[in-house]
Amino acid sequence: MTFRVGQRVRIAAREHAGHHRTPGYLKGKSGTVERVHAEFANPETRAYGGDGLPRERLYLVGFDQREVWPGYGGRAADRIYADVFEHWLEGQA
Amino acid sequence: MSDHDHEHDHPHEPITTAGEPPAAARARALDALLVEKGVISREDVRQGVDWLVSRSPADGARLVARAWVDPEFKDRLLEDARSAALELGLDPGPSPVVVAVENTGDVHHLVVCTLCSCYPRALLGPPPDWYKSLPYRSRAVSDPRGVLEEFGVELDGDVELRVLDSTADVRYLVIPCRPLGTEALAEDELAALVTRDSMIGVAVPAAPALA
Amino acid sequence: MERAVHDRGGWPTDARIDRAEHELADWELLVDALVGALGRHGVMNVDELRRGIESMPPDEYERASYYERWLFSAETILVEKGVLAPGELDARVRG
Repeated sequence: MTFRVGQRVRIAAREHAGHHRTPGYLKGKSGTVERVHAEFANPETRAYGGDGLPRERLYLVGFDQREVWPGYGGRAADRIYADVFEHWLEGQA
Repeated sequence: MSDHDHEHDHPHEPITTAGEPPAAARARALDALLVEKGVISREDVRQGVDWLVSRSPADGARLVARAWVDPEFKDRLLEDARSAALELGLDPGPSPVVVAVENTGDVHHLVVCTLCSCYPRALLGPPPDWYKSLPYRSRAVSDPRGVLEEFGVELDGDVELRVLDSTADVRYLVIPCRPLGTEALAEDELAALVTRDSMIGVAVPAAPALA
Repeated sequence: MERAVHDRGGWPTDARIDRAEHELADWELLVDALVGALGRHGVMNVDELRRGIESMPPDEYERASYYERWLFSAETILVEKGVLAPGELDARVRG
């Protein structure tokens, strides 16, 4: 695995025309790795009849809600988490 | 569903019950075609339906109640909810990873799937319509406190709200806070307090009303 | 970046959440079981199911119920794979 718990990462701000599981509201946002999950088959190829191999590491990444939503109306400490595949993550210092 | 003998030769109206959408007849037609073609069997379908109707939040509630009374079980549940479910003889479902997240006095969790409607249905039963709805999928992430207000949940003071968007094949289950005043309850009585909605995060369990 | 219709997180809406629930109808249980069986037989996997749902025309997607989307997807994927002929399901429904 490339990323560790506690590491700052940015979700790639990539256009991807086909099936993918990175939600638009998180693209380009920066967060912190919360959990390192197992490796999973890649849904982006499996969705088109591929076998999804090689498996790829999945990470639970957490974000500060105020950094995700302009004008977020909740508390400063509120967070949002999503499971993101490794090839969507960019390491940050 | 009864098998239909097609030796006679007349066109059939789609068999619909009053009030069913067109999709109902379409589903039955698809079923018939797939079984006729030998792609799947009638038994496959029966097993699938039987499994789905056997699912209920009672299984999730058992995990929560055990976690409330047994701190070491709770640690195992937090570490690997799938294994913890198997430990209690429960079916954790087809997902290879199930994660239980714990509500505390400082943290409250809310689960959603913005991209479709992923849900730990092996442990909670089929998801409610609202969970699958477009407004929930939109606002649970951008306005979770507003969503909780709609569900009648008021979070205390400085409670941190954590939203989990189930974007992949990991399934998330909330371990709600054990209500105050339940110290004397047995494990099965505790399980009865744990609602489906509290394991999604849109409700908190209440202690049984005092006599 | 433009959003696909299924990508709903933060989608602008003032709609309140309708909390009415309904028990799954027989046809809905059937669709669920059909998709599950197709998965177990290696005919259609969950990623293909999702991709098929996402291929719905946006206005149809928004109007459709949950299992209507599954049904659309199953037909789309099965025709794509040649398990069903184009129009075969329509023909069977019409009798």
